[in-house]
Amino acid sequence: MSGKVITVTSGKGGVGKTTVTANIATALAMMGKKVVAIDADIGLRNLDVVMGLENRIVYDLVDVIEGRCRLRQAMIKDKRQPDLYLIPAAQTRDKMAVSPSDMILVCDELRQEMDYIIVDSPAGIERGFRNAVAPADHVLIVTNPEVSAVRDADRIIGLLEAEEKGPGRLIINRLKPDMVARGDMLSIDDVLDILAVELIGVIPEDESILVSSNRGTPVAMSGSNGSSASQAFRNVAQRIEGQTVPFVDLTPKTGLLSRLNNWFSKS
Amino acid sequence: MNWFERLLGKKEKSGATAKQRLQMVLIHDRADVSPGLLEQIKDDIIEVIAKRLEINPDTVVVNLDNTTKESRLVAEIPLLQNGRRRAAVQ
Repeated sequence: MSGKVITVTSGKGGVGKTTVTANIATALAMMGKKVVAIDADIGLRNLDVVMGLENRIVYDLVDVIEGRCRLRQAMIKDKRQPDLYLIPAAQTRDKMAVSPSDMILVCDELRQEMDYIIVDSPAGIERGFRNAVAPADHVLIVTNPEVSAVRDADRIIGLLEAEEKGPGRLIINRLKPDMVARGDMLSIDDVLDILAVELIGVIPEDESILVSSNRGTPVAMSGSNGSSASQAFRNVAQRIEGQTVPFVDLTPKTGLLSRLNNWFSKS
Repeated sequence: MNWFERLLGKKEKSGATAKQRLQMVLIHDRADVSPGLLEQIKDDIIEVIAKRLEINPDTVVVNLDNTTKESRLVAEIPLLQNGRRRAAVQ
């Protein structure tokens, strides 16, 4: 078996990389895949709390790299999903404790027994980013429909091309369909126009994401009766698996005024 | 903007403003040319051209354009009209 390494990155912080990583890893595991999520944000560990596994950490990524434990010992098994694991980041070290070649070695070992290795990249474009991207077969770029996040995504796309990891596929996170309809938010087409990369997912802004991270249960776990964000994450997982899944129509229900608008703009 | 907003005299929507601002900033980001560097280049071009031709420095425009796959530097340098008249007299 030779698993695929997928790195989730963004440039800008706070766009939802960790949430996306946790949910895509969960959704792929729910499809029966063997999945390990790696928190590559050394010193700012967070994937563990989003996945609800923070109480079970014994060893971390730096322990593996520095030989204090075997890889298997640092893999925390999720009790809710049979084939989902987490390798947490070290909390008391910094990014220099890991090198790009360390990440390639760790991921190459994981490829032997996993279908997917999902790497959560830290924000920024320095060492942590290069560590996370070094082992990647595919890169997912997370952005929000706002000026600063799209600008940083553009920078990341350029860097990925320079590292020959490009072009990457795009996830637009936190889209508010009603704001887009009012013209007060960049639309999916606006973002794609500017970035010119393949879109793999659109995640609507959804309160259930905060509720689920409060609980440490990724929304994707709520299954088919979950929220719209939950469905969107599961769609991304299916697209990663190579399935063709139509994008969910996020346009809000049209009222009289917007129908009039459409009619006038067509004519 | 749609017909109804134009009727009300509304401002351009912030989403459209965001897109325009992004397009402008990315032209500079992608070419790694800051607006300040562009000003310096413009001054240099004016200096070189003004040695040989009559131009009005205020009308010179130097911009980055990446509507195509490659970014390009576009300079617009209008020549002063009396250049032609003088040529006719000679």
